[in-house]
Amino acid sequence: MTKTTGKVIGVNGNMVAVKVEGDISLNEVGYVKVGEQNLKSEVIRIQGDTAEMQVFEMTTGIGVDDEVEFSGELLAVELGPGLLTQIYDGLQNPLPKLAEEAGFFLPRGLYMNALPRDKKWEFTPKVKAGDTVAAADTLGTVPEGIFEHRIMVPFNFYESYTVKKVAEKGEYTVEQEMAVLEDAKGNQHSVNMMFEWPVKRAISSYEERLEPDTSMVTKTRIIDTFIPVARGGTYCIPGPFGAGKTVLQQVTSRYADVDIVIIAACGERAGEVVETLREFPELIDPRTGRTLMERTVIIANTSSMPVAAREASVYTAVTLAEYYRQMGLHVLLLADSTSRWAQAMREMSGRLEEIPGEEAFPAYLESVIAAFYERAGVVRLKDGSFGSVTIGGTVSPAGGNFEEPVTQATLKVVGAFHGLDRDRAEARKYPSIHPLNSWSKYPGVVAVDKVDFARSILSRGDEVGQMMKVVGEEGTSLEDYIVNLKSEFLDAVYLQQNSFDPVDAAVSVERQNYVFDQLYDILGSILELSDKEDARHFFNQLRQHFIDWNYSEWDSDEFKENEKKIKTLLEQKQTGLMEEAKRARKAAESKEHSNA
Amino acid sequence: MRKIYSKIERIAGNVITVTADNVRYDDLAVVSSKYGDSLANVIRLDGPKVSLQVFAGGRGISTGDEVRFLGHSMQVSFSEDLLGRIFTGSGRPRDNGPELDENMIPIGGPSVNPAKRIIPRNMIRTGIPMIDVFNSLVESQKLPIFSVSGEPYNPLLSRIAMQAEVDMIILGGMGLKYDDYLFFKNALEEGGAMSRTIFFVHTASDPVVECLLVPDISLAVAERFALEGKRVLVLLSDMTNFADAMKEIAITMEQVPSNRGYPGDLYSQLAARYEKAVDFEGSGSITILAATTMPGDDVTHPVPDNTGYITEGQYYLSNGRIEPFGSLSRLKQMVNKDTREDHRSLMDGMIRLYANYKESLEKKSMGFRMTDWDNKLLKYGQIFEERMMDLSVNIPLEQALDRGWEIMAECFTPEETGLRTGLLKQFWPNKEDLN
Repeated sequence: MTKTTGKVIGVNGNMVAVKVEGDISLNEVGYVKVGEQNLKSEVIRIQGDTAEMQVFEMTTGIGVDDEVEFSGELLAVELGPGLLTQIYDGLQNPLPKLAEEAGFFLPRGLYMNALPRDKKWEFTPKVKAGDTVAAADTLGTVPEGIFEHRIMVPFNFYESYTVKKVAEKGEYTVEQEMAVLEDAKGNQHSVNMMFEWPVKRAISSYEERLEPDTSMVTKTRIIDTFIPVARGGTYCIPGPFGAGKTVLQQVTSRYADVDIVIIAACGERAGEVVETLREFPELIDPRTGRTLMERTVIIANTSSMPVAAREASVYTAVTLAEYYRQMGLHVLLLADSTSRWAQAMREMSGRLEEIPGEEAFPAYLESVIAAFYERAGVVRLKDGSFGSVTIGGTVSPAGGNFEEPVTQATLKVVGAFHGLDRDRAEARKYPSIHPLNSWSKYPGVVAVDKVDFARSILSRGDEVGQMMKVVGEEGTSLEDYIVNLKSEFLDAVYLQQNSFDPVDAAVSVERQNYVFDQLYDILGSILELSDKEDARHFFNQLRQHFIDWNYSEWDSDEFKENEKKIKTLLEQKQTGLMEEAKRARKAAESKEHSNA
Repeated sequence: MRKIYSKIERIAGNVITVTADNVRYDDLAVVSSKYGDSLANVIRLDGPKVSLQVFAGGRGISTGDEVRFLGHSMQVSFSEDLLGRIFTGSGRPRDNGPELDENMIPIGGPSVNPAKRIIPRNMIRTGIPMIDVFNSLVESQKLPIFSVSGEPYNPLLSRIAMQAEVDMIILGGMGLKYDDYLFFKNALEEGGAMSRTIFFVHTASDPVVECLLVPDISLAVAERFALEGKRVLVLLSDMTNFADAMKEIAITMEQVPSNRGYPGDLYSQLAARYEKAVDFEGSGSITILAATTMPGDDVTHPVPDNTGYITEGQYYLSNGRIEPFGSLSRLKQMVNKDTREDHRSLMDGMIRLYANYKESLEKKSMGFRMTDWDNKLLKYGQIFEERMMDLSVNIPLEQALDRGWEIMAECFTPEETGLRTGLLKQFWPNKEDLN
């Protein structure tokens, strides 16, 4: 079969128009030949015999009549053992390998194999000749770091097949034949450890998709307790610059209770990726005792790298996530920032001279964002095991204003919203998630009735605070003043967290529940305080002890000592428990009973 | 010999269109009109039609003028001879010195591989306490100076140019008033820093296309010097003019505008320039400081907004001072742990007290009663602004830290500062106050 070819007839920014001879398909990959270089491009619109292609490289030097060769394949990634620990660009080129080859800079037109070809993997077969298999069935396994990597029937094998031959236990490279499968018509297909999958198609080789109902613990208190994320769920973090989106994502990538983390640095600062990729190989994952890098894949398409590849990078990342989900693993995909991806779409849409929507974003922005987040989910696989892909995306709204198209389109499809707040960030409160504006539809780790009570204190305290700005402290009643102090206390000792402190940076579910109970006791207390001065003094003391408590190691002597200090101090002033607090506790307890 | 085309089919603003063959995207051409020659570069190919933006502008170009393609994209000469010289945005001398045409290098080269970047680690001292003490500048950092027209951002840049501990300075001026250009030139000549400086200057009266070239040409030269082991500081003023020049060209090319008329790729275009800031392992580095005026003092305007998402913090210059709030050097914690042991704590303590001062000031203006503590804070705030924040203060870091302690001692008792006892014992000026 001869390959379809074409000739360049126009260049506009990173888009080229090509006159094509033969058949091509949408999203097909082609290469523009400029001198010695072949520049990877993707077909994004076809009109008659003219194809418009976005070039994943700088277009300098492309001229009319330059040759274009089409591959016949959609933009795809390589799937197989060896993905973990890698640092890829948006098109799955391994960046460290590129650096070995080309030095400091990213050369144009140099593409490398995503999976190492020379590495040998210890294969253990799980099927035998004569077995019947279908797409995504496990043929055998290889150990990849701490995981058992399933070698599966490629997902694009849509029929059922009889195993004719399977490799014996032993060491093989990814390109060696692992099995021969025969379809109903008697055609034989050779299968090795790796195969390609088009990034813009969701992988759906599972039995059924389930409701995300288990919390994905991030060990950040405000998230797990107040605005939780579920395994297989989606959440977004919009925030103005400097609000700490990236820091929050970095912390999540370290502590999240999942098997694999895929970080898509999409159009953001290169410096931030550098921190991750220099530090992760040294940090030990407490769950496994191995370095964090062993459970991580980084897709880095930073802001100065070609824009078209930025658009591809989020799809590359989610495809890798889906692939590992097929092995019964829980995967977290962190995309930073989805706004840059949306902007990449806007740039292309402008060059295609499409009719612009709001703020010149294309009209299909919402459906594209929805389709991306919908690739998250928890699924039951054919072998009965469960796997999940959780997606967390940051959004960088222009001017920090959430009323813009990307934030709004994202809010429509996600299950949790962690809105970062400029005022909280400037007051150096970390995390700067606004506790009242943010929401989540997922179950948290602490009983919901108790959390609701705490939230009500928070919002009432906030109201009092607003009022106090106008009428001053003098014009506020002692009762209101105490509510305000309670809400500030809750903020200081629970919502805020010190990510630099080794203990406070990550708080287990067990500890969150324990500490929250004590906090609940304080928030629900009726307190005997003589005046405002007395009240402020009391809460200052209490805060000091509580923060010390947060910094002391779980269940250590220091921990117990600080706890005692809090209890003693509280007993001096506590005269009883508020009715609402009693009610909420009772409701929480009765639910616990019925569950047990 | 390359063909000469003598039929210009369309002239709109600074963009001309000719029918030509064998032309490549981004190629350079010479347009000869009766007002002289100008360079132009290809910005769109559509079949045989070639659109070029003319560096000297479209005014006075006739449909019969000659266009000669050079067969390469924009280049600049690179050698030690550049030092002490002043050029235009297209690399021509503006100081009556000789034209340089040896060792031409392309501009706007590829981006640095993230895997080759390293975590920044060296501080650049400037002698300005609000930078050195409170928001240290770090080698390979990219920082804008957010400001409004009328603020002394250019004098600030020229002071940094003279005092910063780097090997060389590249100053890229975009849309500079002619006076400002002369100011930079005189200030650096008098300060004796000219010999380590290269100017690429576009003044407000020069053709707008040249404005677009200034960051690229400055950074291309900076990159080469950095690869030769030089620590280069690139000063750009004013990036808002650069963005406005982009807007102008985009509108001329009938591109769909996104926010307030700016092209949709504003973020990518700015990022492509700022991300040139880098520390080459085993070689030199590029650090970028860029004045960015905020139209209407509005930080949510597309230019400062997009810039903030790209850069590693920002300095706010208002009322002739670098504001401690809002200003942020994201990389400072990488370096201020290794300067002097009191640096971090003193920095935090002084800023905390200054924030309290602001609250007291607000209370005072609303007519609330002033306590003793409020009065102490008011005194502190005033002294702090006078002896630390004022831009004329010019002292090395260690001296600035000592001065910080003196100011604190003048206003407060040791325990009122909320600083650790160990530090107080070591640094508090009047030891009798302790106990």
